[in-house]
Amino acid sequence: MKIAFTSEGKTWESKIDPRFGRAEYILIYNQEKDTLSVIDNSEVTKQAHGAGPSTAQKLFEIKPDVLITGNGPGNNAAMVLKKLNLKLFVNAHNSTVKEAYEKYKNNLLEEMPF
Amino acid sequence: MNSSKSCIKLAIASGKGGTGKTLLSTNLAALIAESQNVLLVDLDVEEPNDSIFFQGKLKAVLPQHKMIPEWDSEKCTLCGLCAKVCNFGAVVDLGTSISITPPLCHNCYACSELCPVDALPMVESHMGDINLFDNGKLTLLEGRLNTNEEHSVPLIEKVHKEVEKNYSHIKYQIFDSPPGTSCPVVAATSKCHYVILVTEPTPFGLNDLVMAVEMLKVYDKPMGVIINRDGAGNEKIEEFCEKEGVDMLGKIPYDMEIARAYSRGELLLGNGSYKAIISNIFNAIEKLHL
Repeated sequence: MKIAFTSEGKTWESKIDPRFGRAEYILIYNQEKDTLSVIDNSEVTKQAHGAGPSTAQKLFEIKPDVLITGNGPGNNAAMVLKKLNLKLFVNAHNSTVKEAYEKYKNNLLEEMPF
Repeated sequence: MNSSKSCIKLAIASGKGGTGKTLLSTNLAALIAESQNVLLVDLDVEEPNDSIFFQGKLKAVLPQHKMIPEWDSEKCTLCGLCAKVCNFGAVVDLGTSISITPPLCHNCYACSELCPVDALPMVESHMGDINLFDNGKLTLLEGRLNTNEEHSVPLIEKVHKEVEKNYSHIKYQIFDSPPGTSCPVVAATSKCHYVILVTEPTPFGLNDLVMAVEMLKVYDKPMGVIINRDGAGNEKIEEFCEKEGVDMLGKIPYDMEIARAYSRGELLLGNGSYKAIISNIFNAIEKLHL
């Protein structure tokens, strides 16, 4: 299973980025392989419009099963993410990626329905 | 009167919101309508409210459309070019399908024109309406954007086209513009001959007035200023206008009764002293010889 995090940095110790579309990085944890990979989203953060759908498009290439973020995607991004059939967990900001993953494992994160 | 122009298009704009654009637009239009035909155009299409002040009859609703791409899954080869050329994230390539987010589309046609297999034809999408109200000598055209539409500029441009097509015979045309200093204001004011900036004597009012004046100078638009809520603050607005060489066209006092009347959806012309204020402003505009 692949878990995506919106993140302000590139490591387990980085803070969860509360923003979806304009998140600095997307971190992908592959549970089977136990690897953490980094997607640099900085070019999208410079985009004036449509950052949400553009970031969602990146997730389509990876097809994660779970997305853990902060404020939650806006309407436009949600419309695209819906087609990905992933589970969305929000309000994970103010945690590091590691802490958010622990919370997720212990069912302490808030799931947001599409 | 300059004989080369058949009409005088006056934009009422502000920079800062809530300074009194609608107060001035509605009262000025009503005052002019006492003696001649006048056209009032509500270009604050995200929240038009000029119509609240008139009991006129809604004569027509003209539906307005913009063009957006529609994905044809049969024709599409999923080459992904459309998503690459979209600068606005409105077209995204999901690998096995193309996703279009209509509110983000700027109607630039790039995806549609560049698609090698014509799989993104442009289709009409209803974005709002132009409502036409008849109030005797005062004709009110109101642009009203649908909820959830992100771009007001296409509708503002449609309203201007409608005015050019059917109303150029009316001499005085007042365009109640949206606030701010971005694209909607440029779209609203750029077709006008003169811009009246309504401001208030507060630090916020001055800050946003400075930006509005700067914006209008970029495209050499002649402009004047009206101070609303005069007496509520300091003199810095007048200093600024003098320094910049911007016409000072008048002042509306800081007066609880004006606020009360406005909040009830009433015009000010029933009260002689308020009517005199609006008349003085109109006289100042006439003296500009536009």
